[in-house]
Amino acid sequence: MATSTTKALAGEEPPGPPRKTGGEGTVRRRGRLLHRLDIKGAPYAFIAPFFVVFAAFSFYPLVYTSWISLHDVELATLDVMEWVAFDNYVDLWNDSRFWNALRNTITIGVISTVPQLMMALGMAHLLNYRMRASLFFRVASLVPYATSVAAAALVFTMIFERDFGMINWALGSVGIDPVNWEADKWPAQAAISTIVIWRWTGYNALLYLAAMQAIPADRYEAASLDGASRWQQFTHVTIPGIRSTIVFTIVLSTIGATQLFGEPLIFGQGPNGITGGADNQYQTLGLLLYEEGWKNYQMGRSATVAWAMFLLLVLAFAVQRLIKRLRSRTS
Amino acid sequence: MTTQSLPARTDTAARTSAEKPTGRGGRRLLRQRAGRQHHAGPLAYVLLAVMALLSIFPLYWTMVAASTDNTRVSQTPPPFLPGPNLFSNLARAWDEAAMGKAMMNSLIVAGVIALSTVLFATLAGFAFAKLRFKGRNALLMLVIGTMLVPPQLAVVPLFMMMAELGWSQQLPAVIFPTLVSAVGVFFMRQYLSEALPDELVEAGRVDGAHSLRIFWSIVLPVARPAMAVLFMITFVHAWNDFFWPFVVLDMTNPTVPVALTQLSAGYVRDQSLIMAGALLGTLPLLLMFIVFGRQIVSGIMAGAVKG
Repeated sequence: MATSTTKALAGEEPPGPPRKTGGEGTVRRRGRLLHRLDIKGAPYAFIAPFFVVFAAFSFYPLVYTSWISLHDVELATLDVMEWVAFDNYVDLWNDSRFWNALRNTITIGVISTVPQLMMALGMAHLLNYRMRASLFFRVASLVPYATSVAAAALVFTMIFERDFGMINWALGSVGIDPVNWEADKWPAQAAISTIVIWRWTGYNALLYLAAMQAIPADRYEAASLDGASRWQQFTHVTIPGIRSTIVFTIVLSTIGATQLFGEPLIFGQGPNGITGGADNQYQTLGLLLYEEGWKNYQMGRSATVAWAMFLLLVLAFAVQRLIKRLRSRTS
Repeated sequence: MTTQSLPARTDTAARTSAEKPTGRGGRRLLRQRAGRQHHAGPLAYVLLAVMALLSIFPLYWTMVAASTDNTRVSQTPPPFLPGPNLFSNLARAWDEAAMGKAMMNSLIVAGVIALSTVLFATLAGFAFAKLRFKGRNALLMLVIGTMLVPPQLAVVPLFMMMAELGWSQQLPAVIFPTLVSAVGVFFMRQYLSEALPDELVEAGRVDGAHSLRIFWSIVLPVARPAMAVLFMITFVHAWNDFFWPFVVLDMTNPTVPVALTQLSAGYVRDQSLIMAGALLGTLPLLLMFIVFGRQIVSGIMAGAVKG
């Protein structure tokens, strides 16, 4: 399929200078025709590869997901599809594990996204000062972004270890009893959120920093002439100035939060990973999707969970829009 | 609510200066207009230092844990200084997690994905930025719309497709779905609409060059700095991608992140071995960040202001 697109590209290439057989007129006419073809066709050929790959490996599977979710499909026999209409959806609705995973996805999503974006805002504000070694600080804040989910989750799993983890050691040294980070629900979710926060705060800070630097300086001058303090300048000039970037990062983080998978999987250390803890105390929708498909061998149910994730995302954006509308109405 | 509402760069200087495309267009990625630039006071420096420390410490500690032995790692207080066993642990992790094969696989996967993303994004970005054709805006909106589709949604049918194609556990299964990126197309479009003067494209037309020729000799030289940045960022994402490779590959033929899960799945947990593996898996990207940090930072920031 990739070859067909390259052929399409090659087809746009006029086949060299035409041979001078049919006299000047035909040559020029043929040249003009090719030129017209080039002007009209080339743009489509240039954007074709993107759309072809997207259609084959994103759009088609997306539609196919809904079709699969109406069937029973076993992992061992992928070609046998038994029509069950909406049974999978009914089962999911009545499955307490689904509601548990949905709740966990939302709570981990909130406790990882909100502090993350707040901290990113503060970090961007700091990075916006004129300073020595500014490049060092920027690159340093991106180090977590260069670390894979797998590596980061392994390290933090160890830092949050119950018996010899660094966090419990630090708590112990100020007289606090050790916390059972993996087995207890809220500590586990907090620990998993820490991994997410650590990996993405610096990245978001750079997005904010870029937006801050695009704010015209005269707005700050006008604000300080009006007697605005530093803090007021921050809330009245900086925040409104980067509002659209904030919205953008909220959208990105929300998409990321609904898909959370690697962090809890590795945090569970082995068999506990897929179920999100012994009592599913941190099983996310992503983990449930994997468990249904690749541990219980029910691909149809797995596809149903995928659709539920998508609906959750749509719902999240609908709520965000609603909040925005209500806020603009009240202000 | 989507990315198009983001503010355009207010850097008019970039648009009016008809610089020759000598690759200096890349400098514009770096030259931001200063919003407000107070000098950092001592408090700001302290906070910045804390921030940098928090960012770097987990990786430093990975290195420490990877350089001691198990009994030492699990003592209290935990060690804060490197021990003597770094290289022996790295060698053990290399052998036990099939790290050599995993590194090779990750290199192939991330390299191919980054190359094809850059090539197709530059082609499409050029078309969207500088060529006129019917349905241009609608198609661009479609590209932006695809950014909002979570890839996880397609994982079940993709898995079935790959089984049908006979690609299960093979690298093409990981490579093909991510050959293109909407973010990349958008990024290149934004860059080229600023950095590539219309006059250059028209001059090419007057000389009788066809579109592919113009792309090759005029667009590519101008786009080079942005292409380098996009290559690196795509490489990072492809190298670190976890969910789909974890689903479709197995331990006989893993990418680095998939191989790392193998280290921690056992019942006997060898902490220094696990940390050595984590360090190995991160090292290539870390080196890239040390060498090309400036470009990567500017690339992420340039992508931000423009979308």
